[in-house]
Amino acid sequence: MTGMNETTLNQAPGAPAAAAPTDQFVVDGVTLGSRLIMGTGGAPSLDGLGAALVASGTELTTVAMRRYSPAETGSLFQLLADHNIRVLPNTAGCFTARDAVLTAELAREALETDWVKLEVIADEHTLLPDAVELVEATEQLVARGFKVFAYTNDDPVLALRLENLGATAVMPLGAPIGTGLGILNPHNIELIVARASVPVVLDAGIGTASDAALAMELGCDAVLLATAVTRAQDPALMGEAFKHAVLAGRLAKKAGRIPRREHALASSAMEGRAEFL
Amino acid sequence: MNIKLNGTEQSVADGASVGTLVSQLTGRSIGPDGQAADGLKLGVAVARNAEVVPRSQWHATALADGDDVELVTAVQGG
Repeated sequence: MTGMNETTLNQAPGAPAAAAPTDQFVVDGVTLGSRLIMGTGGAPSLDGLGAALVASGTELTTVAMRRYSPAETGSLFQLLADHNIRVLPNTAGCFTARDAVLTAELAREALETDWVKLEVIADEHTLLPDAVELVEATEQLVARGFKVFAYTNDDPVLALRLENLGATAVMPLGAPIGTGLGILNPHNIELIVARASVPVVLDAGIGTASDAALAMELGCDAVLLATAVTRAQDPALMGEAFKHAVLAGRLAKKAGRIPRREHALASSAMEGRAEFL
Repeated sequence: MNIKLNGTEQSVADGASVGTLVSQLTGRSIGPDGQAADGLKLGVAVARNAEVVPRSQWHATALADGDDVELVTAVQGG
C-alpha cells in the first residue's frame, strides 16, 4: 500500500459525500440494497448457505449451470427465491468463447434473466481469465442482448476494452479465484475505477473483511465473493462481517481519507501548553 | 431410438419431442409454452446438438436418433 496516491486517482473533487441510506448500488437500471454480491460455491450445505446469504445482506448471488440431476434440484433455486435474492448465472468452467456463449444462452433460458457473469478461464491451475476469449465472448453476448458482467484480469486496458464492447459491469480480480490473497495490485484496481463509466465489481481473491473494505476504499462499486464466506469456519458470522466491511469501505471512500504523510502531524495545538519549571 | 443425454446413451420413444423428454426427466407436466403446468419455475434449459432449444419450441422439436442433448439447471457456484 505504500506509495499509492489516492489524492490524484479517482477522486471527484467537490463531489457531495452522499449519506449511506441513499447510496444505492444501481446496475443495469436495477437498484440493489447491498454492494455485496455473493457466490454460492463451496458451501457444504444448503442450510448453512442460506444462513450465510441472509447474514451477508446480499441481494444478488451467482449460480453455475450444470447437468440436471433428478436427485438434487429445486432447492438452490427455491432458497434464493425464498430470500428474494436475484440470480446472476455464471459461465464458470468455460475455456472458450463458444462454450461461454452457449452456457449463457442456456442460463438465460433456464433462469429467465439476461444477466450473465462471464467467466472464460485459461486453465484449471490458475483459473485466470483468458483475455482473448473473454473479449470475443463479450462481443457475441452483447450482440445477443445479454447484460455482461465481465470477470476480468486486473488490467486497466482490458477493462476499458470490455466496457467499450458493451459490458454492463467489469469485474477485475483481486487475486486468483479461491486463493484468499486479497488485492494483489491495488494500484491497477484504482486505475480501472478511475477510467470506468460502468460499475466496477472487485471479484475473486478476497480472503477476509479488510480485503473487501479496501476494495471499496479503492472506489469499487461492489464486491463479489464466495469462498471467503462459504469456507470460513463460521460462514454466517463471516457473511455478517463482510456486510459491515463493504459498508465501512464505501463510507470511508465517500468520506475522503486523509493524505498519507511522511512525517507526523500533531493533532493537539502546541500553543498554550503549560510550562513546568 | 437412442440419444445421448448429458453424456449418457439413452433410449427414447420414436418421435418423442424435447418437451416429452424434459417432462419425463423432471417429473413435471409441461404446458405448450414450455412452462411447468404447476405454475412453478422449472429452472432448466436444453441444448440439442450444441444449440439451445427455446422452451417455447420444446414441444415442436422432435428428437432424432443420435441427437446429443444437454439438460442443465442452476447449481451452487462462484
